[in-house]
Parts: sequence; structure tokens; C-alpha cells
Amino acid sequence: MLKKLIVLSVAAMLMIGAASAAVLNGAGATFPYPIYMKWNKIFSQKTGIKVNYQGIGSGGGIRQFTVGITDYGGSDAPMTDKQIAKACKNGGESVYHIPTVMGAVAIAYNLPGIDLRLDLETMVDIFMGKIKKWDDPAIAELNPNEDLPNKNITVVHRSDGSGTTSIFTTYMARSMKWAAEVGKGKAVAWPAGLGGKGNAGVAGLISTNPGAIGYAELSYAIKNDLPVIALKNKAGKFIKPTIDSTSAAAAGALKSKKLKKMVNAGDFRLNLTNAPGDRSYPIVGMTWLLVHKVQKNPAKGKLLVKYLNWILTDGQKYASELLYAPLPKPVREKVLDVVGNIET
Amino acid sequence: MKRNIQGDGWFRNFTFFFAASIPLFLLALVIILIDQSRLSFSEFGWGFLFSSAWDPLKDVYGALPFIYGTIVSSLIALLIAVPLGLGCAIYLSEVSQSRFKEYLAVMVELLAAIPSVVYGLWGIFVLGPWLGRLFLGAFSGPSMLTGGVILAIMILPTITAISREVFQSVPNSLRESACALGATKWEGFKLAVFGPAKSGIIGSIILGLGRALGETMAVTMVIGNTPRISPSLFAPAYTIASVIANEFAEAVSDVNLSALIELALVLLVMTIIVNGFARFIVWKTSIRYGR
Repeated sequence: MLKKLIVLSVAAMLMIGAASAAVLNGAGATFPYPIYMKWNKIFSQKTGIKVNYQGIGSGGGIRQFTVGITDYGGSDAPMTDKQIAKACKNGGESVYHIPTVMGAVAIAYNLPGIDLRLDLETMVDIFMGKIKKWDDPAIAELNPNEDLPNKNITVVHRSDGSGTTSIFTTYMARSMKWAAEVGKGKAVAWPAGLGGKGNAGVAGLISTNPGAIGYAELSYAIKNDLPVIALKNKAGKFIKPTIDSTSAAAAGALKSKKLKKMVNAGDFRLNLTNAPGDRSYPIVGMTWLLVHKVQKNPAKGKLLVKYLNWILTDGQKYASELLYAPLPKPVREKVLDVVGNIET
Repeated sequence: MKRNIQGDGWFRNFTFFFAASIPLFLLALVIILIDQSRLSFSEFGWGFLFSSAWDPLKDVYGALPFIYGTIVSSLIALLIAVPLGLGCAIYLSEVSQSRFKEYLAVMVELLAAIPSVVYGLWGIFVLGPWLGRLFLGAFSGPSMLTGGVILAIMILPTITAISREVFQSVPNSLRESACALGATKWEGFKLAVFGPAKSGIIGSIILGLGRALGETMAVTMVIGNTPRISPSLFAPAYTIASVIANEFAEAVSDVNLSALIELALVLLVMTIIVNGFARFIVWKTSIRYGR
């Protein structure tokens, strides 16, 4: 009797599993994972289309998308032209980068009672290990009202490859010195400091090491109540990271001719760091979904287009509660045009 | 009678199949590792083992700081865990008569059941800062030393539990004869128990070392993840298992991926050498004791 029951219930589960089988499969970046989970849940409630997304990291996301295991990929760092060529070897014609949300990277530190301001040059010298003490004249000059301690600076960075690192080093590479000696990417050869695994590892190292400084995703810094640095932006104002200052940065960046031209050409691999505008926070980046221009499976392709259309319109309103900034309207309109060009 | 013999044949083939699957798994693993690391090997050759460069942006990779970090952190772990673990095992098996020892034995086994990420978090928030203060602020938590101490705690139960079993498997008649010759408890242990147990003790240490070489999560969280060779134990370091765990998911370039897989191969070879060495010692000592 019991055996029969077990067999029956297993059979029932298999049938339910088959009926609601995942229709779209994606994998990639972990940085936008929370918002993708939320979108997939609401989208499947509304349309009955199930979308699976696995947060395996941008590198893995690009690899699985390239060999065609997944229907779409997710990445915080844009694919290079070489990678795109490789992904299109078996058809697909081209790869579109569909931006979904934007995020800010906060600089957190451990100096109780001190409200700190920094600019790009000082940040570069600190993260290169050239400024070793908190009462260094370069820091003191930016913080005339603070009583800085004669403490060692401990630089903390991510040890795992990460989209957060990619956005952070893209900002740092705005300095010629950093660009020449270190460069930008999801993992770099760090000239100084300690490596922590994941946002949790970095936050842990900062909170247990007096005098530490490091970078983390904005939502993480807010949730953990870490003090964050006000960074000097292009307009010379000191701005702390918030959703508003993230949106302001995107709006400011889009005023540049170069970015406007890229957006109009349907290339959304935009560099939003160090954007102009009084209220812009300088370390801001976007995250992308990777889709083929020509969909091999028309049925799946149609569902994918439907999904992309939804996240770029209705879906955007769920971004801010998870501390991501929605895409600015002019970009969104252009992205929707590109989604309309997907051939199914 | 005939049926029985046939049954034996089945039984033999069946178990042989299971036994043969183990070398097959190992072989498959080695083949995949060698195949996937070919790209990195053709790029860097044997120089991979002796180079200290690790830059994913320039696509240059070298294994030396990771090999160094893996070996040194495991040696620190052994230096701490072997005396502690053996001392504890001797107490539990030979010295203590109290009921307390049963609880102690359970606690040792509990140490083995704690997930390594918990050890890692404890290392970040408690052990690291505490060691930093102990050495008067010579370092700030994450370091080679912290990694070694965490590893020592993690391999302690392996060494303790196995060597305790080994001591207990020594027949009581040996202890009794030592007693009858007028040996003290210490002399009796030294003469009658330690000698026969030697190869088993080495086995327990090697098992512990194997765990230390391959441990990933806890070490990653406390060692500082810096690929630089520094003579100071207070400086941050990096191990092979840690760099694989850190970079594998996000490795985009083919050479980066291949270099990580070549590191895995290096780690596998290191463990094989360690195990071979251990076998050799066990073999040598068991010859001496005529077993």
C-alpha cells in the first residue's frame, strides 16, 4: 500500500514537473540575481511562462551562452568582439547586449565617527598602496573638518572575479595611472591589500579591521550599515551612493555625444562611470542580458522577446525596492527598439 | 552445489565491477584535467610552476605563490595539529579513566561535523582579529598564520579520532606484559603501544594533511587571497584550492580557465606525492615491526 502510494506520488510529481517545465533557461551574473529572481516569479505568475536563471557568474554565463546550453546569458562585463564572434559560430548572426538595471558600487570604510570624502586621485593612490596612513596630507586636504587618525590603511578587494570589481576598476581606470598599471576587469592583479571572498567576505574584513577601506555593491553596504565615502564627481561635488545619485549619473552620462551615438546605434555597452552632473555618483554600471539577434528556435525566441519587453517596461518598477536603479527612459526606448529587431 | 558456484561467479564479477570503477574514475579525472590544461601548458610550459605572475587582464599565469601558500599553510596546520591531536588521542585511549573522556571524544567528532564555511566566518570575525591582537597588531587578521591555524583546527578531529582507534586496536596483552615487566604508564605506552601503532599514526597524519591541502572555503576566507610569496607568516597568502574557488566561475578567457585547471592538476599531483610518501613510510615502519 505504502509502496503504491509512493509510486503514485512520484508519478504525479513528474507530471506536474513536465506540465510546468521551464521554458526559458538563462545563467550568468550574480550581481543582478535578486532582481532576476523577482522578475521571473512575477512574470510566470502573469503569463505562465517559466524562466529559469542560475547565478553562476558572468564568466560561466558567457561560456554557457556561447556553447548554446542556455537561451540567454547574463553578464556584468560586456562581451568582447572576439567572444561575440565565437558565440555566433553556429548561427545567431550577432549578440545583443540588453541592459536591464543599473547599480552603484559603494566605498565602505572602518573609521568610527569620521565622515570621509575622497576623489579619484586619492582613491588610486590608496588602492595602489602609495598612501599608507589615514592622516596623509592628500586625505587631510579633502577632509579639513575631520580629525584623521595616524592609522594604517588596509585595502580590501574582492578575491573572486566579480561584476562589482569590473564596475569599480572601470571607474579607477579613468585615472591614467591606474589604467596603465592595473587596468579594468572582473579580476585584476591588485597592487595592494587583502582579498575577501564575495560581498560578505569584503564586508567582514572591513568591519573587523579598523582602518580598512573596500568596495561593495550598494545594496550590500546599505543592508550592513557600513559607512560609505562621499566621492568627488566630475562637477566637483561630493556625492554618496543612492538610487537617486545612480539615476542622476546615468542621465548625466547620456549627455555625452559618444554615448548618445552608441545608444542610437543600438550598442549598450556603456561606460557610466565618472558621469557629469551635480548629483551624479561616479561609480555606476549596468548589467546585461545576452541574446542572439537571430533566434534558432522561433517558439522560444518569441517567448524571450515577450520576456525582455516585459522586464524593460512593467518589470522596471520592481528595481528600486531591491536597490537597483531602473534604466533611464531614453535608453529604455532604444533598447525596446533593439529587442524588436530580434528575429524569431 | 553447481548453483552455488555459479553464484560465486556473479558475486565475483559484480564486486570486481565496483572495484574497477574507482581506478576508472581517477583515470577519467586525470585525463580531463590534462586535456583541459593543454592550452595553458602550451602557453607557459614548465615555467608555469616557477612563475609568480598572475594577471587575468594580461592573461599571464604562474603557479608558484599558490604552491608555496598551499604547502606552507598545510605545514603550519600539521605543526599545530599533530602534537595536539596525538596528545588528545593518547589521553583518551591510554590515560583517562573518567567518564569525561566519552564526552570529549564526542566533542572531537563534532569538530569534524562543522561545515567549513562556518569555520571561515569564525576565522574572519573571531580568530583573525584575536591572533592579530595576540601578536600586538603585527598584522590585521587575514594571513598565512590565520589560514594555518584554521586548518589545524579542521584536521585535528581526523588525527585525533583515527590515532585513538589505532591505539585502541593495540592488544591489551602488550600493555599487560609491559606492566608485568615493571614499566610505568609512560614507559608502557612508549614500548608497547606507540611502536605497533606507528604506521597507523602516520596514516592519520597523512589523512589530515590531505584535508589541509585540499580545504577551500575556510582558508579562502581567512588567508587574505594575495598571490605573493612573503617570508613572513603574518603576510596574506593564497592557496591553490582558494584561487580555483575564487576565479573559476568568472574566468572568461580560455587561457585563464586552462591555467586554473592546470593548477588543479598540480594539486592532484601534490596529493599523490604526499600519499605515495606516506605509503613508503608506512611500508618501512611495518617492515621494522615485522608486520
